[in-house]
Amino acid sequence: MTDFAPMSPAATQNRNSDVQKLALRWLLFAMLGLFALFYLMPLFVMVTTSLKSLEEIRTGSLIAFPRELTFEAWRTAWSGACTGIKCEGLQPYFWNSVLIAVPAVLLSTGLGAANGYVIAQWNFRGANLIFSLMLFGCFIPFQVVLLPMAMMLGKMGLAGTIPGLILTHVIYGLGFTTLFFRNFYVTIPADLVKAAKVDGAGFFRIFWSIFLPLSLPIIVVTVIWQFTQIWNDFLFGVSFSQAGTQPVTVALNNIVNSTTGVKEYNVDMAAAIIAALPTLLVYVVAGKYFIRGLTAGSVKG
Amino acid sequence: MVTWFENQIPKVVLAPSFVALLIFVYGFIGWTAWVSLTRSRLLPKYDLHGTIQYKKLFSSPRWDTAMENLLVFGVLFIVISMCLGLLLAILLDQKIRVEGALRTIYLYPMALSMIVTGTAWKWIMNPGLGIEAMVRSWGFESFSFDWVINPDMAIYAIVIAGVWQASGFVMALFLAGLRSVDGEIIKAAQVDGIPNWRIYSAIILPSMAPIFLSAFIVLAHLAIKSFDLVIALTGGGPGYATDLPATYMYAMAFSRGDLGQAASSAMVMMGVVFAIVVPYLYSELRAKHD
Amino acid sequence: MAPILDIKNLYKNYGATEILKDINVAIEPGDFLVLVGPSGCGKSTLLNCIAGLEPITGGTIDIGGRDMTHVSPKDRDIAMVFQSYALYPTMSVAKNITFGMKVRGVDQATQERKLAEVAAQLQIEPLLNRRPGQLSGGQRQRVAMGRALVRDPKLFLFDEPLSNLDAKLRVSMRSEIKKLHQNLGATMVYVTHDQIEAMTLATKIVVMKGGVVQQIGTPAEIYNHPANLFVADFMGSPAMNLIPARTRRNGKALQIEIERAEGEPMVLEGEHSGELPADIILGLRPEDIAEAGFRSGQKVQAAECRIDLVEPAGADTYVVSELGGRQVTARLHAETKAQPGAMLDLAFDLGKVSYFAPDTGKRLN
Repeated sequence: MTDFAPMSPAATQNRNSDVQKLALRWLLFAMLGLFALFYLMPLFVMVTTSLKSLEEIRTGSLIAFPRELTFEAWRTAWSGACTGIKCEGLQPYFWNSVLIAVPAVLLSTGLGAANGYVIAQWNFRGANLIFSLMLFGCFIPFQVVLLPMAMMLGKMGLAGTIPGLILTHVIYGLGFTTLFFRNFYVTIPADLVKAAKVDGAGFFRIFWSIFLPLSLPIIVVTVIWQFTQIWNDFLFGVSFSQAGTQPVTVALNNIVNSTTGVKEYNVDMAAAIIAALPTLLVYVVAGKYFIRGLTAGSVKG
Repeated sequence: MVTWFENQIPKVVLAPSFVALLIFVYGFIGWTAWVSLTRSRLLPKYDLHGTIQYKKLFSSPRWDTAMENLLVFGVLFIVISMCLGLLLAILLDQKIRVEGALRTIYLYPMALSMIVTGTAWKWIMNPGLGIEAMVRSWGFESFSFDWVINPDMAIYAIVIAGVWQASGFVMALFLAGLRSVDGEIIKAAQVDGIPNWRIYSAIILPSMAPIFLSAFIVLAHLAIKSFDLVIALTGGGPGYATDLPATYMYAMAFSRGDLGQAASSAMVMMGVVFAIVVPYLYSELRAKHD
Repeated sequence: MAPILDIKNLYKNYGATEILKDINVAIEPGDFLVLVGPSGCGKSTLLNCIAGLEPITGGTIDIGGRDMTHVSPKDRDIAMVFQSYALYPTMSVAKNITFGMKVRGVDQATQERKLAEVAAQLQIEPLLNRRPGQLSGGQRQRVAMGRALVRDPKLFLFDEPLSNLDAKLRVSMRSEIKKLHQNLGATMVYVTHDQIEAMTLATKIVVMKGGVVQQIGTPAEIYNHPANLFVADFMGSPAMNLIPARTRRNGKALQIEIERAEGEPMVLEGEHSGELPADIILGLRPEDIAEAGFRSGQKVQAAECRIDLVEPAGADTYVVSELGGRQVTARLHAETKAQPGAMLDLAFDLGKVSYFAPDTGKRLN
């Protein structure tokens, strides 16, 4: 029986390295756990704070669970909090964001698919130049187009309107959506288009019958990417909207920074969670595609 | 001829986007460049006056602060995010059973708006009721953590929030990179008896150079464009202690009504971005053609 | 009979690069034309030009007596099988085959009848509801053929259809294509880089290099009378021996002198009525060099050569000897006693010989 056998030096060494391995393993889990706490802490604090009363916030600790659950802050954040002079909560602005994001996502994805299809499969002289120009366009800091865009929207009669914001998001989202679809379609062998041409199909038929049915994964990636970008946008929202057409991020910032009255931290946190909820939901439901979009957006070509 | 028309369809489909690109991106850049060379104030004027706006910009202490902040924020944000992201990726690469869940936790901040991130951290770091108050209530009466309202430290508060938001993304990039290293090379190294840390430092990390580069590009790009985070966390304050070029440009454009300054600061921002991005894109596009 | 495909003075440029230069090919109904050449020789581009998938820079293409030079692919009455098969990945096998008819508005009943015919012909009935992703390479190949067959076109175009299959399957599909051609009596244009495929399938071969036609002819013509050094070297496996030699006239007789690795140069008596330059390249296929005594004929002459290498290949044994500074391969019978390093009398059949000019590479006899 090994239990009674005298221990050889080699066995001791093994035992030692086993202990070492186990210790390392524990250290690893401890570090991973600590980091998880670091990333989760703000979310935890947001949720608990939003469920506390102001009184409890003032007297209690930042990281304590609420002693008494109250959804008052959520109700206020949704329909009563003040953004500047108006006090109707986040609700109207949440719907503004929906009204901006949904058409802008659909339009920019559709156009990106068509552009990507042309650039990847119907290469004509100059198509690559156009693609390079689009790629560079992805990287411009939007500050450089902010002023002329404001003037242009004014000239078009779209200043401060939701259609104006939709147009802005579609135009400046096109570079990325085109890039996504182009990089996806470029992996599809050119023979497929040739075969379809010989079969008698034309440009649109080939797109509709052959390419679109293939595209579900990249459509999901693009829609998620665009939705996250547009929903989370602040710069265009704050620059090109006016009272009544502001998206939810702008309204959230206004609620948090409104200087009138008592600072209601619980309402701020509830409002922040409401503003974050749609993108968080998308992330939880379709995280795989979200990550794919992020990495595709950064590892070009 | 029918075939001639058929051949034009792809161009016709691409044309609207191309026209939009020419006007709304390149045309607008041109407009901004032009206006940055004029004496425009509240309204744009189109008579060129040389580099007068740039001279004014570079002699403005507020712009100085903004550029300094960009340097401090950019360097710290990029370096810490990269290190943290790499560390997390290596830790997660040790065949952990709960990897999926941990990855989800590390990465979720990337799904949030910077405004939400700023709001949350503003509350957490607020001295009256946040971390400072919490630690003091544990008995450390002299503990002080007032970075958000301390002009000397506020920029570091922004770094914390920025790193919190972006490091998970770097982790995802690096993890994908670690996984794409040829498994046979690693097996060969293990057979040769090379210790794990050496395998990482000598074989895996060097082969990930392109991923370091893209992570750097994305982070640098994020840093230069940072606007919402500052607005939500400090509003550029106290005073203009945490101004970044992006907030400076916005202030000039929409609250100060100084189009010339707004345009010239935007052009400088674009110069900085392109100095970083253009060589990268150029090499990428060229590599593709070869 | 009028040619079914008639290509005249075809040029194709990409920018400043000439891809195809002055191509002239015509084939009759029922022909099996094979375009063969090394990669980059322009054979696939030529096929794409015939299909109308690539515009041409100059010349004309007639199909079925009609000028199709500027007609789009769908109106050329052609069908095409691709190297990658190019099956529509999201459609079932049946839909893949009927897509062309559907696009052209053929009625449902006809579609189903033709689908059934083709499926029976290619024995792919059990696969009709599968997706291409669920098929093996050979099955995909059949479906791709089915998609072409169902169209009943004037011209079938094949772009290296067998090159993605493993060796065994390639041979069996090759004979199936040949059978198909014989049964249908259809006209086919077939691109390959594999000269064995070209020899076995073609009624007419076009050998191409660098965008220029090197030779057009029947497989026998190409094999026995290569027009130049390139064709001689490219067609046939093992390749034709190309041996540098000197000629001189001894009265009426033509003497051909070839350096040997050891000893005096060997001298063969040739027969050629015309003038020959002093330096030539002598082309002899391995099967035209045998062990002395195993080959008879008027123009067979023997000479002693040192054997450097013996390669038994089952049915035959190949031996290598150095002649004219080249490694020359001879195809001997399987039971030969040839030993490496030993001398052996080899018989050269000068009745099958080709003479080439070393400078231009052109055939001289």
